[in-house]
Formats: sequence, structure tokens, C-alpha cells
Amino acid sequence: MTTTQILADRRAHIHEKGTAPFNIACEKQSVAGSVSQRACVFCGSRVVLYPIADALHVIHGPIGCAAYTWDIRGAWSSGPQLHRMSFSTDLQEKDVVFGGEKKLYQALVELIEHYRPKAAFIYSTCIVGLIGDDVEAICRRVSAETGVETIPVHSEGFKGSKKDGYTAACNALDQLVGTGDTTGISPLSINILGDFNIAGETWVIKDYYKKMGVDVVATITGDGRVDDIRRCHGAALNVVQCSGSMTQLAMKMKQEYGIPIIRVSYFGIEDMSKALYDVAEYLNDKTVMKNTQNLVRDEVSNLVPQLRKYKHDLQGKRAAVYTGGAFKALSMIRSLRTLGMKTVIAGSQTGNKQDYKRLQELSDEGTVILDDTNPLELAKFLEEKKADLLIGGVKERPIAYKLGLGFCDHNHERKIGLAGFEGMLNFAKEVHGTVTSPVWKLASLRDRLVDRHRLLDGDRSRNGNRFVEGGNAS
Amino acid sequence: MALLRHTTDDVVERQALTVNPAKTCQPIGAMYAALGIHRCLPHSHGSQGCCSYHRSTLSRHYKEPAMAATSSFTEGSSVFGGQANLLQGLNTIFSVYKPDVVAVHTTCLSETIGDDIPQIADAAVAKGFVPEGKRVIHCNTPSYVGSHTTGFANMTKAMVDYFSTSTTDEKIDGQVNIIPGWVEPADMSEIKRLVKLMGLDGITFPDTSGVLDAPLKSEYNMYPDGGTTIDQLESTGDSAGTIALGPICSGPAAEALKNKCQVPQETLPLPIGLRATDIFIQALRKYNGGEVPAEITAERGRLVDLVSDMSQYFYGKTVALWGDPDQLVSLTQFLVDLDMRPKYIVTGTPGKAFLRRIGEVLGDSVKEVIAKQGPQADMLYLHQLIKREKVDLLIGNTYGKYISRDEDIPLLRHGFPIIDRIGHQYFPTTGYRGAMRLCEKILDAFLDRQDRDSPEESFELTM
Repeated sequence: MTTTQILADRRAHIHEKGTAPFNIACEKQSVAGSVSQRACVFCGSRVVLYPIADALHVIHGPIGCAAYTWDIRGAWSSGPQLHRMSFSTDLQEKDVVFGGEKKLYQALVELIEHYRPKAAFIYSTCIVGLIGDDVEAICRRVSAETGVETIPVHSEGFKGSKKDGYTAACNALDQLVGTGDTTGISPLSINILGDFNIAGETWVIKDYYKKMGVDVVATITGDGRVDDIRRCHGAALNVVQCSGSMTQLAMKMKQEYGIPIIRVSYFGIEDMSKALYDVAEYLNDKTVMKNTQNLVRDEVSNLVPQLRKYKHDLQGKRAAVYTGGAFKALSMIRSLRTLGMKTVIAGSQTGNKQDYKRLQELSDEGTVILDDTNPLELAKFLEEKKADLLIGGVKERPIAYKLGLGFCDHNHERKIGLAGFEGMLNFAKEVHGTVTSPVWKLASLRDRLVDRHRLLDGDRSRNGNRFVEGGNAS
Repeated sequence: MALLRHTTDDVVERQALTVNPAKTCQPIGAMYAALGIHRCLPHSHGSQGCCSYHRSTLSRHYKEPAMAATSSFTEGSSVFGGQANLLQGLNTIFSVYKPDVVAVHTTCLSETIGDDIPQIADAAVAKGFVPEGKRVIHCNTPSYVGSHTTGFANMTKAMVDYFSTSTTDEKIDGQVNIIPGWVEPADMSEIKRLVKLMGLDGITFPDTSGVLDAPLKSEYNMYPDGGTTIDQLESTGDSAGTIALGPICSGPAAEALKNKCQVPQETLPLPIGLRATDIFIQALRKYNGGEVPAEITAERGRLVDLVSDMSQYFYGKTVALWGDPDQLVSLTQFLVDLDMRPKYIVTGTPGKAFLRRIGEVLGDSVKEVIAKQGPQADMLYLHQLIKREKVDLLIGNTYGKYISRDEDIPLLRHGFPIIDRIGHQYFPTTGYRGAMRLCEKILDAFLDRQDRDSPEESFELTM
């Protein structure tokens, strides 16, 4: 299919559109020995629950799991900052031999007394699963003694993939849901699920809903609060983004409380507008619909002219997208199209068959679709497909740079909000900045050796006439 | 709003809890050390998350791809052991990624299950998974013992255990092993430069220069040009001596090499600051006939000259430091030499020897210093101390930025990890030139602060 050498076991996880009938392998355990970009169960639980800002997050295990997840996700809080602290039982050899229960109990009592959190999440790590600490029993005891609900998160790393961590997180959240008073919640109300307020994105989205006349009962979990989650079963609708992490909680709430679900994405003009319209349509209220039309019209007419200049420079450039779940990649492809760019590689760490199928349908002929790729494979496809841009996370960034390509972080470490209409403008700026950066020209030996005139021409296309006035200065 | 507003000046004794750790776990150190072998792929024998976290953290700090494979443990592996995963892993690695060396380290999970790595590696050889001339090495890195520095030390020692060979009774004159410890790639380059200036053939291991500070060439190399080669590692057994920089990270390997190949060793402080660099140069003189080239003498002279220019600003300034023991001891010594006052010194890495070493460099002034090690020597503890009595400067990794902001104290980033600034990996703080850079950064921190804070009438052009 391609010149890229592919490990036999990996072949089924790669599909090039137009070369064969679509039947990608996915949702499988990574091949041992792979330099996989994936993480573990604990990581999945930790990233989902982390933004709940007034809860105590205690990691029961050796120090590493706490150290690596200490405030790494820019999930902003408008109030408490307790979630940004790193608490660990820091298990030592003797604890592994004799059990860590006592230590955990003592740690929890100390912490709860000091911080008086609204609730506490206790994350089990690999070793806890192995030595068999009864974390549930300790949580029950601490809850009873302190009056602060202490919730075990069954996130032992080896018990599956990051996705299983999402399940553990949803189960933990489910303990809170339904325990609060729902009096006074408007029928025109929703919960925002699966947005994590990276760079303040939840606030942008929440603001749109407010303008539509829709109340947001709970944001789960971006800028999340325990008491909001307790009463979120009073909302009329669950609006779920990042389907991988939150669908299960939404499903449970559907079963228990009959709350319907809609699945949305807040990235890109099309998906953002559709999300708002879908909510308005579901709520079936004339004022809300009118407000939504006004909002979308105003935002889009304000945004589109601003995108023009970026599109001009980016037209025809080629992008590669590698995300956590495949659903997000769909929005990426659409957003890149808005900027005139073509997606030549699309992949994810943990996408499911249904999402990959949609990804494949949306893609152009020749687009390579990758499940659970590794750096070598990714780098080779990036070269082969002549990509100008890679969208990914922290481990992908240096690979792109080494190849001399632009990079955009669309994962935890994005520092500028990319959701919503204003996020689309940020996205355009960020992509433009990195794809047209002069550094990629400096990197190439060929360009370093071209004569001065060509260099000036090259610079003019990006910087206007900057060199014209001073052109004779040398 | 203060991020750490919960922190009080009340230093509470804690038994069971680490808050905002001043350390991390062993495997990441093993991974970093292994990347200092030429064409080596580190392999994490455990769950997928460990490998992912270590790679991400290394990438955040070094801004480079950090390659490592994982055994991708499942529930089954935790019951039946990880042998099948490691066997398949080694097969995959050698057929797809084609490294020269695979350096396996364990995790808390595989360690507690009790997987026998050498036995599994032998089985992989027997099955033909390890091609001719390729090597599999290992070290045990239980996450619940020591810290990331322990893991670095263990993998460095594994290089000796697996490679160092003594081929003759006569050691090679002028060939010296240098074990640089956990420092930046640029520090490894600087240390190598000094050894070369001294006219010696150094074998530096591990050596991450050229690996984690590789140039951009518009191509992706899974194995950049740098790293200590297998030939070099084998030859360490024939060297005239070993200089281990930093007892925690480098001591065990030097000792193992002495026992295995009778290579005499000296364990020195990390050459950060003037005195520690002097000790390093002195040690090198034993191998080159005593010559110190004019270039090095001039570098030292320039450093002293710089310190003399700056000393009026340094006098009496108080400092809080945290990080890894080997760094902290040398930094403390340097601060004392700069006429500054280290006040709080904290490391999460357990080990009482640290306190003794700190005591040695501080001498009489030890009475004014609070030093602490171990699980409760964390950033919360340090913050409580600072709340009780402030300092003028913070020196440590990125994790001090909350304290820096809340207490409005300048922070000089040093150590691992630095995940909020770029460039540190290219500029050494070791050697005389590195010491000059440290001086510049310290003084900049003080004078920037003075410029920011001084009222208009005393805001001066010359300072």
C-alpha cells in the first residue's frame, strides 16, 4: 500500500482511503514493545476528574503517578484551586509489603481536616490493585467519620486503557449525581459534559448558552463543582462533548433519570453552530431558537471575514491530525477545510470503529487513517504525505519540529482556547503562525544557500513589504 | 488569588502524606540514563501509562522526542506475570525499531509481581528475538524505593554490569571514565569539553548530549547521533580510572566498575560552582601528568573576576533550594562561596547522607540552615518554612513557581523538571563557564526585582 514499513501486527490499524474496503482494527490492546502514544487507566480517570476544583484528589501509590499529573492540565477554575495541588500517599517498600491502608486512612483524615473539601476522590494506582488494599472500605470509613464523601476511583493502570479510566471516572461521578436538591432548575437547562475548561473553553461555551437563554446546571468537569454535579440530574438535557470520556455517565443518567443525550463538538464553525442549534431544537423554545439564530449569525459574520487572510496563506497546505479519540478528529478535519487545508493523515489513540468509519467517510481519497500509532510510523507517513502541519499532543510536538513541520497542540497543553467561534479564530492564528513560520525555511539547507533576492521575495509573502524601504541599507 | 493560599506558616508534622512532591519515581531516571546510550531504546516493563508519563515529562523538559517502548501490561499480566509481554516486546522492538541496545527497567507493578528480567531476556535470545550483536540490558527500578535519581543510578550501574570489560591488566593511560550524573545534555558536553582540554580521552556515560539536544535537520531520526557507544562502554573496564560526579547518581556505577574491572574510582561532587569544578579539575590532573591548560585557568580566572564584580549584590542574600541531592550539595557550596546564605534545603529523595553532605559544605553556618530529606520534605513543607521566614531567592525546578508567585520571590530555574521555560537544556551550569552563567542568572533575578520595586526617585540607570 505504501513504502512505509509497517509492523505486521500494525497493518490492520492503518487504512489508506481508496486502497481497500474500510475495516480498520481498533479498540485493541497495544502490541507489547510498541512505542505507543497511549496512556493508562489511571491517566484516563485523572484527566477526567481533575478539573473538579473543590474536591480533594488523592493519589494512592508510589510518588510517580502523583508527580506526573500535578497540575499538568490547564483546566481553569473560576474559584477554588484545590485540584491543582498534588497529594500522594507516596508508598514506600514497607507499605508495599505490609499494605498501604493505614497510611491512606491517616492521609485522608489529615487532609480532610485541613482542607474541608466538598468531596474526595481516591485514585488507586497499579500497585494498590496488586497489594490488595481495601480502598473502598477506607473510603466508607473516612466518609462516615468526617462527613465528607470520599469516593474510590478504580484506576489501577494495568486494568485496561485510558478509556477504562474514563469508565472508572464516570462511576465515581455517578456516586455524586442524584444526591443534591434540584428545586428551581429551569426546564430550559442543560449539563455540559466532556469539556474540561482548558484555557477557559468551558466559559466560552457556557456564555453562548447563557446568551441563548439556557441555564447550565453543571459543567462536567471543566471548572466543575461537587454540589453542581450532585444536582445535575435536574437538567433537561445532557450535552456531551469528548464522547469517549463522558458518554457512560450520560447513559447512566439517561437510564436513571431519563435525561436525553446529544453529542456535540465545539470545534470549528460548522460543529459549533450545529451544537447550539441542536440544543435549541431539543429544548423547543421559540425564544431560545431566536436567540440562537442571532448568536450564530452574529458570531459567524464576525468571524468569517477575519479568517480570510489566514485562509489565503494556508490554502492547499496539508495537515495531519492525531488526537486522543477519533470524534475530535472529525471536527479538526472540518476546521482545517474551513482554512483551505487538506487533511492527509488522521488518527487517534483510542478511537472506536464507528468514529473511524465517519472519519473515513469525511476524508479525501488517499488520506491515511491510523489507530494507536507510534512515532516511527507517524514520522514516515508525515514525510510520505508531505504534511505541513501536525495537530497532536505533548509527545507529538517534538517529532513534528524535528521534521521541520508546523505543530498545533489540541490536547491538554493548549494554552489558547480553541473551542467556540473565537476559538476558531485562535486556531486559524495558531495554525497560520506555525505553518508559515520562517524557522522551517531556516532549517532547510537548500533555502539557506539561495541568493539574497529569493530570500527577500520569500519574506515579502509573509511580512508584506517590510524589506522594501530598507532594501538598500546594506 | 494565591494558588497555595491554604498554606500556613504552621509547620505541621505529617506522617503519611506527601503534598506537592520534590521528587518523582525511579523509572524516569532509568529512561533518561538509557537515552544516553547510542542507539538505545529504553523499555518500560509495566503498564502503558508509566511509559507515557515518563516520555511526556522528558519531552516537556528537553523539548525533544523521548523514545521508549512499553510492555503494555494488562490485567492478565498482573496475574500471570509479564514474561509474555516482554518477549513479544523484544521481538517487536528489534524487528521494527532496530535499536542496538534495549534497556529494560521495571515499574512498581512488574517489580511486585516479581518478573525476572534477565531470565526473560535470555529466553528472548533463545527464541531468536535478539539479533546478533544487539544487546538487552536491565535494571530494577521499584517506584516505591528512592526517587528518580535512584533510577538514574541503577541504569547507569547496569551499563557497567552488562558492558564494562577488563581485557588486560594494564589499564589504558590517559583514558578516564566520567560518569556525569543527571545533568542537562549541555552539561555533559561541557564536562566532555573540560576533559578534552585537559588532554584526556574521556568516556562519558551515560551521555545524552546529541540525543536530547539534537539539531533540527528536517528529518526524523529515532536514534540521534549522540550517546555512549557499546564499544566505549565495554572499554570502560580498561580505563585508568573513573570519576563519578555526584554520589547518588554516579556513585553506584563507579563502585561496580571498581569491583568488576578493578578500575580505581573517585566520587566527587557534581562540578556546579567554582569549588566543585576545582575538585573535578584536580581529579583530572591525576591522569594527565598534572598539567592544567591556560585556557582552563583563564576560565577560572574569569569566573572569579565576575564574582568580584557581583559580590556586593550577593552579600547576605538568603536562598531556598529544592531538588536532587547531588545538585543541592554543589549549589549550596557555591552559594556559600558567593557570600549568600542558603536557608532552606529540601529534597524528596530519601537518604540521611544528604544531611551529612550538606553539613560538610556549610561548616559552622549549618546552624542557620534547615535541611530536610524524604517523603515529607516536599514543596508544602518548604512553603511553610518560607511563610515563617522569607528568603530572597528560590532555586529549583518548575514546581517552585507557585511559591515564587504567592510569596513574590524570584525563582531561578535549575534541575529537573523545568517544564515552563525553554533553552535550559542548551546552557550548562557545570564547569567554570556554567558557574558564570549561574552568577548572571542570580544577579539578573535580584536586579530585575530591584528595578521593578524601586520607587521612581531611586530607580537608577547604573546599578
